[in-house]
Amino acid sequence: MSDASEILAPPSPPGFYEWLRKNLFSNWFNALLTIFSLVFLYLALVNVIRWMFFTADWRPVTGSPLLFLIGQYPRDQLWRPGLSLLICALLIGMSWGVWERYVKAFAIFLGILLGVLALIPLETPTITLVVRAVFLVCPFLIFGGFWVGRRSGVQGRHVTTLWLIAAIFILLVLLPGLSSIPALPVVPTTAWGGLLVTLLLAIGGIVLSFPIGVLLALGRRSSLPVVKLFSILFIEVVRGVPLVTILFMFSIILTLFMPAESRIDRILRALMAMVFFSAAYTAENVRGGLQAIPEGQVEAAKALGLSGLQITSFIVLPQALRLVIPNIVGQFISLFKDTTLVIIVGINDLLGIGNAVLNLQPDFVRLQMEVYLFITAIFWVFSYFMSYASLELEKALGVGER
Amino acid sequence: MSRKLLSVILVFTFLFAAFVPSALAQETGYGTILTRVLERGKVVCGIHTELLGFGYLDANGRNVGFDIDLCRAVAAAVLGDPEAIEPVPLTAADRGPALQTGEVDLITRNMTWTSKRDAEWGNFTWIVFYDGQGFLVRADEGIQTLQDMDGASVCVTTGTTTEKNLATSFADAGLTYEAVTFEETSAVYGAYEEGRCDVATSDKSQLAAVRAGFENPDDHVILDITISKEPLTPAVPSGDDQWFDIVKVVMWALINAEDYGVTSANVEEMKASEDATIRMLLGVEGDWGNVQLGLGADALANAIAAVGNYGEIYNRYFGEGGLAFVFPRGLNELWSNGGLIYAPPIK
Repeated sequence: MSDASEILAPPSPPGFYEWLRKNLFSNWFNALLTIFSLVFLYLALVNVIRWMFFTADWRPVTGSPLLFLIGQYPRDQLWRPGLSLLICALLIGMSWGVWERYVKAFAIFLGILLGVLALIPLETPTITLVVRAVFLVCPFLIFGGFWVGRRSGVQGRHVTTLWLIAAIFILLVLLPGLSSIPALPVVPTTAWGGLLVTLLLAIGGIVLSFPIGVLLALGRRSSLPVVKLFSILFIEVVRGVPLVTILFMFSIILTLFMPAESRIDRILRALMAMVFFSAAYTAENVRGGLQAIPEGQVEAAKALGLSGLQITSFIVLPQALRLVIPNIVGQFISLFKDTTLVIIVGINDLLGIGNAVLNLQPDFVRLQMEVYLFITAIFWVFSYFMSYASLELEKALGVGER
Repeated sequence: MSRKLLSVILVFTFLFAAFVPSALAQETGYGTILTRVLERGKVVCGIHTELLGFGYLDANGRNVGFDIDLCRAVAAAVLGDPEAIEPVPLTAADRGPALQTGEVDLITRNMTWTSKRDAEWGNFTWIVFYDGQGFLVRADEGIQTLQDMDGASVCVTTGTTTEKNLATSFADAGLTYEAVTFEETSAVYGAYEEGRCDVATSDKSQLAAVRAGFENPDDHVILDITISKEPLTPAVPSGDDQWFDIVKVVMWALINAEDYGVTSANVEEMKASEDATIRMLLGVEGDWGNVQLGLGADALANAIAAVGNYGEIYNRYFGEGGLAFVFPRGLNELWSNGGLIYAPPIK
């Protein structure tokens, strides 16, 4: 007997049939379950596909894509949202170049989507050649931005600054217009709508509520009684009230107290309500993270002679926030979806526009399934990319591995 | 202990400072709304964006509809430009507060005039559309009267006056029914179309809109029975009689214009009409009160030229071949044709 015969060959990878037998048909019950599931899947898929391509009537969606994108924004001022889109496309490209994998999937998806939108042979008079041209330029801008962003001189803080400048320019000058500039006639926000408003509320809500939430969380753990009590009061009151109530309070009750000429814009009122609401929840999420940081960390930092501000911002917060990424992103996704509630205060966000589209003409009224599914798909895409980015961030920071 | 008490007091002081208004809502007095409108160059109208025929959007996102045209008429009369409107979408719950706070100058949003709303919300100007709750049934069911519906299942939105009217009218007639209730209006018609109930009930104009959207509209009929009064009326905030009068007079002008055969097409030639009443309406002769109301003499002529007379507006959306759906004029015929649409003379 040679030595070689004693060394057993590694088990060969199971063949296809072997795999099937082991995993799907290991006993009569599993076999039955497999067959049943296959039949069910087949029937479901066939019916869904048949409905999507033959039964469903997509005219409400294909007939007025601009309504879904920007709502009632005056069509003779289309260049303004157009320019905003181009700026955003460039910056998304740069973000992809700088932050790589967090933005990559979204940037590529957006580029392809806009390219398809530009070239798709839809028979819609509302999408003119110029609009198509703008859509077509976007993928190139994204890629151009990526190329710029990858250069070593460009850093994250540059892109963040650019985003900030762009956001201020777009939201305060370009889209609303200024009465002093004749080329930019004022467009009241009651004419804004669709995805534009949904994204504005969601992104605005996320960006503004996060720092407030962090401050509230720190405040709640503060040793100063006034700060602490205020934080507790704010968090508990806001968390104890439904978002709908807060929206109503901001949009109706608040205006009862305000003089007619100093009235706050409707969308701003809704945004304030969203920020209020989200900040309270973010605060509790962050506080969870703060409590998980061992006291020894703070003591060690004190021993090194760091000041209180330094300890919080360089030792405690970075570790705490890293721990609560899943919760915070969950909160943001839920805030994004909660923006649909603004239709109850008369703002035509994506869902509101969907309802308006159902009333474009009599035969659209019963096409709710198509319109709502379309809106669902849009929400899913954005939520998915948010959750994807957070997973990538967790991987990069090694959350859950240490 | 005292430190804690102090902090509690401090916190509450901050909260009050934040929430208690520094200035209370400004009073709406005589002439204030017109001044604001002229300054702003726009009439702010509370409107609907999701009600086919009355207030909805076209494919370009422009506000259109019967109610929107009334708002445009006011803008044309006051500012000379039917496009000088700022439409503010309102929900049903928003309507009262929007009037009370003066957030809008005018509400043209499919709103029923009731005594309570008149007392609480603002001033209701002039009835422009007589609607009423009716019933939609399948043509082959052989239902014609309320009695035929005894024991039927009825689809209805829950928690609305619609549900209340239904209960009252059946109880008064000594009949029974089985309510199939839904939160959403759209769900009511979905269920009806699927055959989950024999009858659907709502305002007749809405039933007509829904029927027009069915695959086979002819299989369904709207019964002649009307079980509620829904006089749809534009309303203005309380406290400014001048603005109240302006909106009323514009509504009267649209109705009178149809009465006298003045249309958007012939308004210029009608200015030379032999009928003194028409010349007065169009502002070429005499004073119809425009001086007191702070308007130009041609204000009403502008309104008619911009959106047409009452009949033109009606037929644009509800006539045969109209933009929305067919809804026979019925009660909304002119008084001279056996309907209820009637307006005081402009003179």
